Amino acid sequence: MVKKLLLVSIVCVMFSVGTLVAAENVVIKGSTTVLPITQAALEAYMKAHPGVNISLSGGGSGEGIKGLIDRTADIATSSREIKAKEVELAKKKSVDPIAHTVAIDALIPIVHPRNKVDGLTIDQLSQIYQGKIRNWKEVGGDDLQIVVVSRDSSSGTFETWGHLVLNNAKVSPRAQMQASNGAIVQAISKNRYAIGYIGMGYLNRSVKALTVNGVQASKKTALSKEYPIARPLYMYTDGQPTGLVAGFISFVLSHAGQKLVAKEGFVPVAGEAKGSPSKKGRK
Amino acid sequence: MSRHFKEAVIKGIFAAFAFVSVLTLALIVVFLFREGIPIFKEVSVSNFIFGKEWYPTYDPPSYGIWPLIIGSAVVTLFSSLLAVPLGVLSAVYIAEIAPSSIRDIAKSIIELLAGIPSVVLGFFGMVVVAPFLQETFDLPTGLNIVNASVILAIMAVPTISSISEDALYAVPQEFKDASYALGATKYETIIKVIIPAALSGISTAVILGMARAIGETMVVLMVAGGAAAVPESIFDSVRPMPASIAAEMGEAPFGGGHYHALFATGIVLFMLTLIFNLIADYISRKFREVGSATL
Repeated sequence: MVKKLLLVSIVCVMFSVGTLVAAENVVIKGSTTVLPITQAALEAYMKAHPGVNISLSGGGSGEGIKGLIDRTADIATSSREIKAKEVELAKKKSVDPIAHTVAIDALIPIVHPRNKVDGLTIDQLSQIYQGKIRNWKEVGGDDLQIVVVSRDSSSGTFETWGHLVLNNAKVSPRAQMQASNGAIVQAISKNRYAIGYIGMGYLNRSVKALTVNGVQASKKTALSKEYPIARPLYMYTDGQPTGLVAGFISFVLSHAGQKLVAKEGFVPVAGEAKGSPSKKGRK
Repeated sequence: MSRHFKEAVIKGIFAAFAFVSVLTLALIVVFLFREGIPIFKEVSVSNFIFGKEWYPTYDPPSYGIWPLIIGSAVVTLFSSLLAVPLGVLSAVYIAEIAPSSIRDIAKSIIELLAGIPSVVLGFFGMVVVAPFLQETFDLPTGLNIVNASVILAIMAVPTISSISEDALYAVPQEFKDASYALGATKYETIIKVIIPAALSGISTAVILGMARAIGETMVVLMVAGGAAAVPESIFDSVRPMPASIAAEMGEAPFGGGHYHALFATGIVLFMLTLIFNLIADYISRKFREVGSATL
């Protein structure tokens, strides 16, 4: 009897180890904006949980959601909400995307440090990006042509900018396109004619951040919504997360995880830093 | 019997290997067309190719790739203007003029140039050439047609130079001997005998070099500036087709109009490189009968 019990318990242990090993492989794909957060979080998480294997790749919000839908990713990171078309496609493949807000990202207009302009209004930014204001002297700067630098039109960052600043008006076709936040900083830091925009996490001393409607972008003003160009960042899962996926997401939302978010230059999600509640995705 | 059988097996194995690449190409073409054709339900072929507005993510979207085609054409043209003289003349120097010690060094350095990853060249264009152009010519931006053309030319030179060189080596010694026997100088021999005899090979080299430039992605993504508008000067930014595909594919919703439009752009690009290759093939065939001096 004892022997039998022992045998059963051994089998049980073996089984649970087996399932654990099988489950301890998580694939994360998606937005390059969320990438630094995910990277820092998974490094810390893997250190705390040896044996866990999380793989991470960028490629963009669309790529991540695509991965979630065709089940090549367990978590999709995204800098925008899932689109209605994507939800439809997901439903067809019986995937149920659920959004978890992990941080808030503020977009900041940047110029060359030698540019005299310190701040612009949303309206001025919109006119500049539509190609209606073409010279810095029209907004209080030197008599120089404005070179508009934008993210490529399919990035989540561009989408947010287009939504919050341009109000969905078309950006001038003469605008230069750069493929990443880093490339924009690089381009602006070398060009005193240029204006660009980046996520808060990418701001460094080689460029000057502009105030928007007189408000300086900071964690405080982004959280209080005083600063007008801010957006939430998401992690999408298929259904309510379980196992390791749930563990990882609650780690990101934990105090330690949100500390990492702040360290990477993003705004932690207030209130959600303690527990692990998750928001329902847009249906 | 067993010898014949062995022979047949070996034949079969080689055929299988040869067909793997044919099959791969066929599958890629099928895939490209299957993913690209659906866009023509939303936009006509002529509106797609000649449409002047590329706003794939707006509502309603505009899928006109004319500015992208012009962008590709312009950077390819200007890079050829730089790369053809450089490539052909360096091939002439290496094949005909240079003493063997210099020849070996020059040849291996040019071949080394072909080995530089395009992303490294792109980075060089971004942080060195762009600020230089901007300050020297007092331009609003250094990420423009000139910059992209210079970097693409650097990439095309090794292709043009090494294929031209092979063509020059293939010119039979008798031609040169005959020329010298008639009292021609070395310069006259090169200009009037060797280059004309190698012309088909050189033309092939030029066209393959251009095909390389038109298909190059990383460089144009990094240094062409990316403005989807028909340029008005050589210092304007452009957005060549490969740059557009590379920049947008990651974010295009799977199965949507934008996704299909990018594949259709890929079809256009594929057609262009195909045409370049056909021309190269035609030229090298057409001049084959002229002498024993073709590739």
